[in-house]
Amino acid sequence: MAAPAIYGRPKFLTDAPFHYCPGCTHGIVHRLIAEVLGEKFEQDEVIGVAPVGCAVFAYNYFNCDMFEAAHGRAPAVATGIKRAQPDKIVFTYQGDGDLASIGMAETVHAAARGENITIIFINNGIYGMTGGQMAPTTLIGEKTSTSPFGRTAAANGNPIHVSEMLATLNGPSLIARVSVHDVKNVLNAKKLIAKAFQNQADGKGFSLIEVLSTCPTNWGKSPLEALQFVSERMIPEYPLGTLKEV
Amino acid sequence: MNRQMMKGNEAIAEAAVQAGCRFFFGYPITPQNEIPEYMSRRLVEVGGQFVQAESEVAAINMVYGAAGTGARSMTSSSSPGISLKQEGISYIAGAELPCVIVNIVRGGPGLGSIQPAQSDYYQATRGGGHGDYRMPVYAPASVQEAVELTQRAFDVADKYRTPVMILGDGIIGQMMEPVTMPEYTAPAFDRSWAATGWKEGCGRERAVINSLYIQPDVLEKHVNKLARKYAAISENETMVEELYMDDAEYAVVAYGTTARIALTAVRRAREDGVKVGLIRPVTVWPFPEKAIEDAAGRVKGMLAVEMSLGQMIDDVRLAARDRCPVRFYGRTGGIVPGVREIHAAIHAMKEEL
Repeated sequence: MAAPAIYGRPKFLTDAPFHYCPGCTHGIVHRLIAEVLGEKFEQDEVIGVAPVGCAVFAYNYFNCDMFEAAHGRAPAVATGIKRAQPDKIVFTYQGDGDLASIGMAETVHAAARGENITIIFINNGIYGMTGGQMAPTTLIGEKTSTSPFGRTAAANGNPIHVSEMLATLNGPSLIARVSVHDVKNVLNAKKLIAKAFQNQADGKGFSLIEVLSTCPTNWGKSPLEALQFVSERMIPEYPLGTLKEV
Repeated sequence: MNRQMMKGNEAIAEAAVQAGCRFFFGYPITPQNEIPEYMSRRLVEVGGQFVQAESEVAAINMVYGAAGTGARSMTSSSSPGISLKQEGISYIAGAELPCVIVNIVRGGPGLGSIQPAQSDYYQATRGGGHGDYRMPVYAPASVQEAVELTQRAFDVADKYRTPVMILGDGIIGQMMEPVTMPEYTAPAFDRSWAATGWKEGCGRERAVINSLYIQPDVLEKHVNKLARKYAAISENETMVEELYMDDAEYAVVAYGTTARIALTAVRRAREDGVKVGLIRPVTVWPFPEKAIEDAAGRVKGMLAVEMSLGQMIDDVRLAARDRCPVRFYGRTGGIVPGVREIHAAIHAMKEEL
């Protein structure tokens, strides 16, 4: 008799192998979302929206009906889906270039409307898919392929604190920033992702979980150095915690 | 519904509601504001959803979301706003979603004017957004026709899973005319492709609403599939009206509001003894090439009349295939050509040809 399985692939993940680079934390976050969805919902209760960026192929991984949105437009697409299918759990998965640069208007207005959707926001401070350009969340001093001398406020503008900004609005029910750079934080991230989806199921309205994430390839770091960069450099700029909860 | 006076914009909106459109996403811009305004109250009555989006870009992407669930969805705008929607229209065409987009055209380029124009013809008929795609475009010449074509647009959108455009102009949108709302029954369409919630064993494939095909050979196959669809649309959906063409020695070609003004000019020229007829494309894509080509073999000359510097004339010339000379008369910048001007242009063509 086979031993009972205590760990396996969540039903909300397909068996397609992730295309993400070694040490990238997209895979961890995908799994957390899939675990949470599987613990709370049936597959046919959920519709997801993939972004443009490294997670563009998220529709190959999340094992439910999926949309691929234009760059930054996922919150608008999710709005259309949710209005037409109000009983479904609708989520978007977006990176910092997608959500905080080209899609800032869609993000802010979906939040202000209190649109009953859940956004998982991956903040790794860089455009990964296109090869490491400066993102709206790139830290001051960081070298990228479009800030080759290091980002300065004078030349490149300042990093945007998305969660703090959205927390000033009346629409959202939950805005929180988490990290997945160690086990303790991974477990906490799952807890908040679960709360965000539960809020939607309870009809509480818009929720966004910002996940500090790594990009070893474009940061030019090893996976371990990348995790250290999150804890030592990113968290001081982007403090963890719940910024708004209703 | 009884015959009643309706403004074009409101009539288009009501026609959409009658056709089962329950999701409208819009943004204010003159001269189409009555459409979102009407929808904001009317959709509440019928259990639909109206969202005033933060931009035209967001509005068309909300349509992408709702249309991807198989729901009849619509957005409307005017020229500068339609430019902003092109990103979404391209994605909708690529993802093969049905929806209706109304463009109540105003003068351009840039912010242009808020007066009627037909200077978005190239944008409407040549794709507008990026990529290899086409989109059926209906150009109504009256409020009644706008109503009928709006309902047809939803059916064609569903039949072929394509975005469809209603190309009006400021006159069609703002003018009040008597309208009879047709009795409408939606045909049954297969919506098994739509993303409405999937689970293993539910009897269909997992839906992925998507326009990304990263492998070139797969994308080429997809685009070729779209091309076959566009060929079928050209074959089945081309619409054209021909008036006084049986014995015509000259033809005026005009669409939308301009065709109505041109018709009066044609009648006056007939009174003067000029054997002139009118060819009115009702679909500007697919363009009624055959009607133009056939007529070009019979007439001495054609006159394209447009509220632009001349855009449709390119299609007229392509279809006429040098079988007859093609002349042009048009006004632009939001100026509507008058009957007298067109009448004079018909006589000038006759003198020359």
